[in-house]
Amino acid sequence: MCGVAGIINLREGVPPSRNELEGMIHAVHHRGPDGYGFFCHDKLGLAHARLSIIDLVGGDQPIHNEDQSVQVVFNGEIFNYLELRAQLERQGHRFYTHSDTEVIVHLYEQYGLEFVAHLNGQFAIALWDNHKQKLVLARDRAGIRPLFYVETGGRLYFASEVKSLFSHPAIPRKIDLNALQEVFTFWTTLPPHSLFESVRILPPGHLMVVEQGQTTISRYWDWRFPSDQIDNDKSVADWTEELKALMIDSVRLQLRSDVPVGAYLSGGLDSSVLTSLIKNFTDTPLRTFSIGFEDEEFDESGFQKDLVDYLGTKHTHVLCKRADIGAAFPQVIRHTESAIVRTAPTPLMLLSGAVREAGYKVVLTGEGADEVFGGYDIFKEAKVRRFWSRAPQSQWRPMILQRLYPYLKHSPTASGAFTQRFFQQGMEHLDKAYFAHIPRWATTQRILQFFSEEARAAIEKPVDFAAIERILPAEIDQWKPLNRDQYIEAHTLLSGYLLSSQGDRVAMANSIEGRFPFLDHRVIEFAARLPSRYKIMGMNEKYMLKQTMQGLIPESIRNRSKQPYRAPDSQSFFIDGKPLEYVGYLFSEERINKAGYYNPKTVALLMKKCARGKALGFADNMAFVGILSSMLVDEMFIEKTRVEPYNQREPGAQDVSAGIR
Amino acid sequence: MSSEAQIRNYILENYLFTDDQSALDSADSFLDKGILDSTGILEVIYFLEDEFKIKVEDTEMIPENLDSVNNIVSFIEKKRQ
Repeated sequence: MCGVAGIINLREGVPPSRNELEGMIHAVHHRGPDGYGFFCHDKLGLAHARLSIIDLVGGDQPIHNEDQSVQVVFNGEIFNYLELRAQLERQGHRFYTHSDTEVIVHLYEQYGLEFVAHLNGQFAIALWDNHKQKLVLARDRAGIRPLFYVETGGRLYFASEVKSLFSHPAIPRKIDLNALQEVFTFWTTLPPHSLFESVRILPPGHLMVVEQGQTTISRYWDWRFPSDQIDNDKSVADWTEELKALMIDSVRLQLRSDVPVGAYLSGGLDSSVLTSLIKNFTDTPLRTFSIGFEDEEFDESGFQKDLVDYLGTKHTHVLCKRADIGAAFPQVIRHTESAIVRTAPTPLMLLSGAVREAGYKVVLTGEGADEVFGGYDIFKEAKVRRFWSRAPQSQWRPMILQRLYPYLKHSPTASGAFTQRFFQQGMEHLDKAYFAHIPRWATTQRILQFFSEEARAAIEKPVDFAAIERILPAEIDQWKPLNRDQYIEAHTLLSGYLLSSQGDRVAMANSIEGRFPFLDHRVIEFAARLPSRYKIMGMNEKYMLKQTMQGLIPESIRNRSKQPYRAPDSQSFFIDGKPLEYVGYLFSEERINKAGYYNPKTVALLMKKCARGKALGFADNMAFVGILSSMLVDEMFIEKTRVEPYNQREPGAQDVSAGIR
Repeated sequence: MSSEAQIRNYILENYLFTDDQSALDSADSFLDKGILDSTGILEVIYFLEDEFKIKVEDTEMIPENLDSVNNIVSFIEKKRQ
């Protein structure tokens, strides 16, 4: 795990200097505090910040091939490196380190651009082929590790984080209001857009090749579902046997490390699966970490404790209070480098701080299981809405909606006949691939009403739901409805938010590497073949995963209904009805006007409502967090010439120790 | 202040985030115009129960009673009878 940065001249120009590269890589020191490495050659410069996890002594990057004509820096892990190495050695390649990085250069020599198909891992790679004068950038299949780039002034700049790019004076810094609209609809920008006008994201599963001043981007992998359901004759027992073997192998590979590996424990199904597989099928000593809340609505401490007792693990629990979220939020946004509509990444930053304090650098975590195996409420909600749409006059079909969201204090299904009207939204779009997402996106888009006249004028065109079609495959309409929902979820919420703002960024903020066994591409490809009824059986989500884990996790966890991970939102920023100091400043008429994105009057009324504790629903809370986070981005990334920590003190680091009990 | 004005101002301030009276017609459907989402209606019910000292029963949570300023005004009058 690490950070990468680099520059390549696309036409004749001043060669990238060590000084420029140092500026860029120092900005992501937190990603790799164990050392720096550089490679400068004529028109190209590569930089690396290292977090040593495999081959602690010999793994310094850049790493090269036998004649040093191929150089690589990379962020991430290649989990199947031992198997790849054995195979490459048989093919005659000679290795000079024991690192996973070195397989990349030899694979490239052996297979050219196809090298990436052999990798099982999470990675952002920058590889230089000196013979062909060619730069190759690659990003892992699910989008676990980030990679951003900017093309300007005859150069391509690239880096693991935006702050590396913005440390370079040549890079323009401006929020893209069209992209902000996307965040305020889909919860993420749609790649290649980032929140910033000049900055692009290399999308998950893509390669970028830079040769003779030209850049070419191509996709090498994607989530794909069958248009006809195959394997219909397989029994549940056949499926569970295959899945169990696959999950054990995925966990076994992802435990590879020369430093100890821990695991997050949420109290839900997914982390229970991982921890029990570690316990039952590997020799790795189990060390677990969890987060809890004062508010009962969010807290899962009871289930966490059940599991800790069941597994007998050494465990650290972090209690996250509202005030901790308010205090740490600016630091979170410094790392997310994007607007977000929930505070939920914040407790995870505090948790990664506790992992670091316990002396760990790596944790296994359960993200991806919901997308892969069909766990989300939105999938069940869509199932009911599709069922209802076949008989729109039915009185009882929509009643099933009331079984959704039992964990919400202020549930959208609690208001009787209004519930039906709400979920009727977008019923006319039954044939659209994004049918399932319309209620969520419609609620999120309520944030757009806070835009200023000036901002509205600057927006090319208001974002509509159909904008998503730009990132959908042509054949999506041939897939089963659940598979369409899964694809969209994987390419918006998962890669754009859960793995980035709520994943890589808040873990790397404390130099912690997250690993995601459910996102092993073999697991994704396996689950793509699973018939929909084995994902959601009736209204029972992740049915096949639960069947597979029978006898391996406590029945209380296996049978509990899913509770999504959430944290207190707008309440975290007020004490006795008064906003925290920085919140008051960023929402002041003067500061809002200076930034220009929002209408100060409407923002003031929202603030007033939140201050009184009257903002109960998702829409107001998303608006508050969305506006606050975008103003923090403006403050730290646009106003300041360098992206420094927002506060003098680092709230994250201090509040963690205070919160551990 | 009349009940109508009180309800109008509440909706304007808390859901449309404005004091511009022209932004809302008393006959506008909250759902059709996207003024309220489904949790928004719960907040409105809390407001009515606090301000007008009434109790909204589950069976009364229907658009005919709550989906516009006019509907709410008639509903409150009916409840007070």
